[in-house]
Amino acid sequence: MRELLCAVGSRRDIDAYEVLFRHFAPRVKAYMARMGGDSQLAEELMQETMIAVWNKADRFDPSKGAASTWIFTIARNLRIDAFRREKRPEFDPSDPAFVPDDMAPADAELDAREASEQLHEAIAALPEEQAALLKLSFFEDQSHSAIAARLNLPLGTVKSRMRLAFDKLRAALARSGDLL
Amino acid sequence: MTIRHHVSDDLLLSYAAGSLAEGWSIAVATHLALCPACRRRLALAESIGGELLETETLADHGSVDDAWASVRRRLQQPMKPSAPARETPPARQPGGLPEPLRSYVGGDIETLAWRSLGRGAYHIPIRTADRETKVRLLRIPAGKPVPEHSHGGRELTLVLSGSFVDGDEIFARGDLEDADASLTHQPVATPETDCICLAVTDAPLRFRSWAVRAIQPFLGI
Repeated sequence: MRELLCAVGSRRDIDAYEVLFRHFAPRVKAYMARMGGDSQLAEELMQETMIAVWNKADRFDPSKGAASTWIFTIARNLRIDAFRREKRPEFDPSDPAFVPDDMAPADAELDAREASEQLHEAIAALPEEQAALLKLSFFEDQSHSAIAARLNLPLGTVKSRMRLAFDKLRAALARSGDLL
Repeated sequence: MTIRHHVSDDLLLSYAAGSLAEGWSIAVATHLALCPACRRRLALAESIGGELLETETLADHGSVDDAWASVRRRLQQPMKPSAPARETPPARQPGGLPEPLRSYVGGDIETLAWRSLGRGAYHIPIRTADRETKVRLLRIPAGKPVPEHSHGGRELTLVLSGSFVDGDEIFARGDLEDADASLTHQPVATPETDCICLAVTDAPLRFRSWAVRAIQPFLGI
């Protein structure tokens, strides 16, 4: 997927884009459909997301992470805009006040590739209760207190399970030599 | 600059998931602009989102052939001119306000129109579209305390200039203090300069002093 997205970015490769589209469009649509709303709206937001993928593909940096992560962030921002009508505040790396990272790994692209394989395995190995919480948080647009109320759990329990899950994933990646 | 007080996992994951309200997100994103270490943690949190997207269940959501035909047609049409990029207020100094905060307040530190809170303290309310939080820039005079208070809910304080001491901990530029309902505290600005910080709350502060409580409605805090 990484190579395909790079091909779209560098050569406007429509065949590569079609493969990406057939893989991600149904996933992005399912992600949009989780916000309630009608299937028509989910379809529109999916198309907006996939067209943004085509238009912005030259900004994808394979050393920063997987294609799925980059597409997720585009879908997430469109979803916030459509359903909450809020701006998403984001830092700007070209801002003079931005503090750059001077720790650049030697082969960032290789690291990013290994990291996403490690992450895939680590998420699959999470206890069900922790994986379920991550899914609720990432898919259903619910705050941690809303998740706590829905599952009838104390807020502290939700937060500590999230933290445990995050720690495990971080540890799994640290073992792969990544410095996250 | 060494940042000692970082954004919690809980806030970082909510920000990555996109479920964090706009007010809190301003504090998180501005901390991230100043903190490369937390940006690496954000990259991990966002890659969880990417991985979960890969495993998203594909129930019956219509035909991908139809969707492809429709998007392919749209790609062949000339691109709509995109909306003009939003004008970013210029940065005036290296230690000034980072984005996204600078755009929210409409200028850098020395161009701001402060409103007096009395006792030498000033604030600037910041508007957001969320109904959950109150966001403001606060300027606490050098060496002076913020009146001792507890919270009905959560309070995030991000230091942008100067520093304050709370208990035995010092908070300087980039440090984020995350206070919950259980904490009664009295941050004090350090004596060298005024302390400018971003404060985000989800409930009115509860001041210990009746005198401060009495004027609170007029201060809007």
